[in-house]
Amino acid sequence: MSDEPLLDVSDLTVSFDFRRRSLAAVSGVSFRLARGERLGIVGESGAGKSVTGFAILNLISKPGRITGGTISFEGRELTALRAEEMRQVRGNRISMIFQDPMMTLNPVLTVGTQMVETIRAHAGVSRRQAEERAVEALRKVYISSPERRLRQYPHEFSGGMRQRIVIAIALLTSPALIIADEPTTALDVTIQAEIMDLLLKLCESERMGLILITHDLAVVSQVTQRIAVMYAGRIVELGETARIVENPSHPYTRGLLAALPQSAARGRRLAQIPGSMPNLTTVPAGCPFSDRCERCESVCRERIPPLTAKDTGCLAACHLLD
Amino acid sequence: MFAFIVRRILQAVVVMAVISCIGFAIKHSFGDPVRELSGMTVSAQERERLREELGLNDPFLVQWGRFLKGAVHGDLGMSYLYKKPAMEIILGKAPATMELVIAASVIILILSVPIGIYAAVRPRSWLSRFFMGVSVIGVSIPVFLTAILLISIFSVQLGWLPSFGRGNELTPLFGGAWMSGFFTWDGITHLVLPALSLSSIMLPLFIRLIRAEMKETLEAEYVKFARAKGLKPWRVLVVHAFKNTLLPVITVGGVQLGIMIAYTVLTETVFQWQGMGFMFLEALQRSDVSLMSAYLVFVGFVFVVVNTVVDIVYGLVNPMVRIAGRK
Ligand SMILES: Nc1ncnc2c1ncn2[C@@H]1O[C@H](COP(=O)(O)OP(=O)(O)OP(=O)(O)O)[C@@H](O)[C@H]1O
Ligand SMILES: [Mg+2]
Repeated sequence: MSDEPLLDVSDLTVSFDFRRRSLAAVSGVSFRLARGERLGIVGESGAGKSVTGFAILNLISKPGRITGGTISFEGRELTALRAEEMRQVRGNRISMIFQDPMMTLNPVLTVGTQMVETIRAHAGVSRRQAEERAVEALRKVYISSPERRLRQYPHEFSGGMRQRIVIAIALLTSPALIIADEPTTALDVTIQAEIMDLLLKLCESERMGLILITHDLAVVSQVTQRIAVMYAGRIVELGETARIVENPSHPYTRGLLAALPQSAARGRRLAQIPGSMPNLTTVPAGCPFSDRCERCESVCRERIPPLTAKDTGCLAACHLLD
Repeated sequence: MFAFIVRRILQAVVVMAVISCIGFAIKHSFGDPVRELSGMTVSAQERERLREELGLNDPFLVQWGRFLKGAVHGDLGMSYLYKKPAMEIILGKAPATMELVIAASVIILILSVPIGIYAAVRPRSWLSRFFMGVSVIGVSIPVFLTAILLISIFSVQLGWLPSFGRGNELTPLFGGAWMSGFFTWDGITHLVLPALSLSSIMLPLFIRLIRAEMKETLEAEYVKFARAKGLKPWRVLVVHAFKNTLLPVITVGGVQLGIMIAYTVLTETVFQWQGMGFMFLEALQRSDVSLMSAYLVFVGFVFVVVNTVVDIVYGLVNPMVRIAGRK
């Protein structure tokens, strides 16, 4: 296999056009993903995680658009593809799993229809062949009597089963990459682990790359090999999962880890990062985290820190770590 | 699904009973069949004898029961204006009205679906703004004004289309029980202006409804997911988004179809279209209460049938209703 990464996102910027000005929801995001590698994108609500995921598929809706950067996937530049070429990548080479399985499946179409149409959008096979592949995919996610289940509508399934169907749909075309945007957040705690296990197992057995978007550091540390921590549209720390979890560099990552219940169990108080994530209009000048950071110095308010290698072995964007 | 249909039909029967009660109450309180049957010269005693004979002195409920029994057998009383059974008159006029309503519905369907979808997908485009602007104007102009406007442009000024009647080249269907204007060029040209003006009230409403519903479903997660699956744009639009907007559109559509029958009174009068609406106005002017109440009951019946059918179709489109009915 070549050294070429599966996905190479470089300096990605996504902006939303408002009446007066255009505001960046994602600025200068760069990361790479090797074939079969699993990357976690973590951060609080509003960090720009979903926007990053949708941008890779070029699915940013109306007021938003990609205003800068490149997205290279399997050697092709996705931002330069024509609409029809991009369509052939979506759901075929890159599949997406959404947050809420109750909303993701179309209520008026049978599960079979929604699976068959996906296969037939990308491969010239007959309806019967497509159905056979759908049945096979449902088996992989442990849906019993899949032939009968194909004729049923989404509301005849539980939340956990629906998310397994969504995963089965994502698998149909044997993609090289799956982008899962908070795939377990809307589910019962007991089912969350089951779905995560299933996803992990399938990614390993089918050698698929995974971008797991979540705000749950605990899940990310079990599933992924590398983590990108996002804050206010920027990656503030990027590196191997084990290293970041053991020895976080950036004050924001430390805050996130300290806020985990597991940390509190070690005798410390359950810590909280004071304040909240700024929205698009209130991002401070200089380091976006400066107004919540306990160690903030004057340089932090003046210049945006670049993402550079630190002695922990990870990349972090902080002036105070050099 | 079977239980659902049965339940829906039972509801329809109850509604019909209420409508017949109202229709009968009107006839009971405003009509005097004795005056209608007899001349001015008949004496007071003679009238009283006639009243007794016709059962007009019986309690209201008994009389209503008799009316109901007749109605079930298709007997809605006599029209004193025509000196014939009211039902016969109405059935003779109904096809003209039905054809007008069908033609107007077809116009609405053909125009509102593509325009509504287009306006939802490209809300900022110049053409969408134009359609929305025109539809605001369309809603606010009364039907008869639209009708007169259409006549003055297409009949008087341009001379392209006839302005009244159904023409002379009607085709008999069902052994002459239904005289149809759908099969000759003459019949169709006569149909264009009345159908256009009848559709003018509902068309803007449907365009706006489809646009609003479509805009909402386009934001839905399952539409985003359909795009993320790499489906062709038309499939996302028609199969995923439009099929979901169909549910509210069918519900509203059923009600509007009934309301359209009421608007035929105006349209038919302006265009001298020999249908039920024209007949109703005539009955009103000549105080043929019997025919009026028969018209109300008949239109009520059509309305209820349409709504019941619409609900059942809704059930077929919406799998959730189907399941609820299956239990
Ligand atoms: N359609 C849109 N119009 C305007 N702003 C948007 C739009 N979509 C996203 N944003 C903005 O972009 C920023 C990032 O949003 P994003 O959905 O990527 O956050 P997230 O990290 O996925 O958060 P969450 O955990 O809540 O899903 C937010 O500040 C949000 O307000
Ligand atoms: Mg999100």
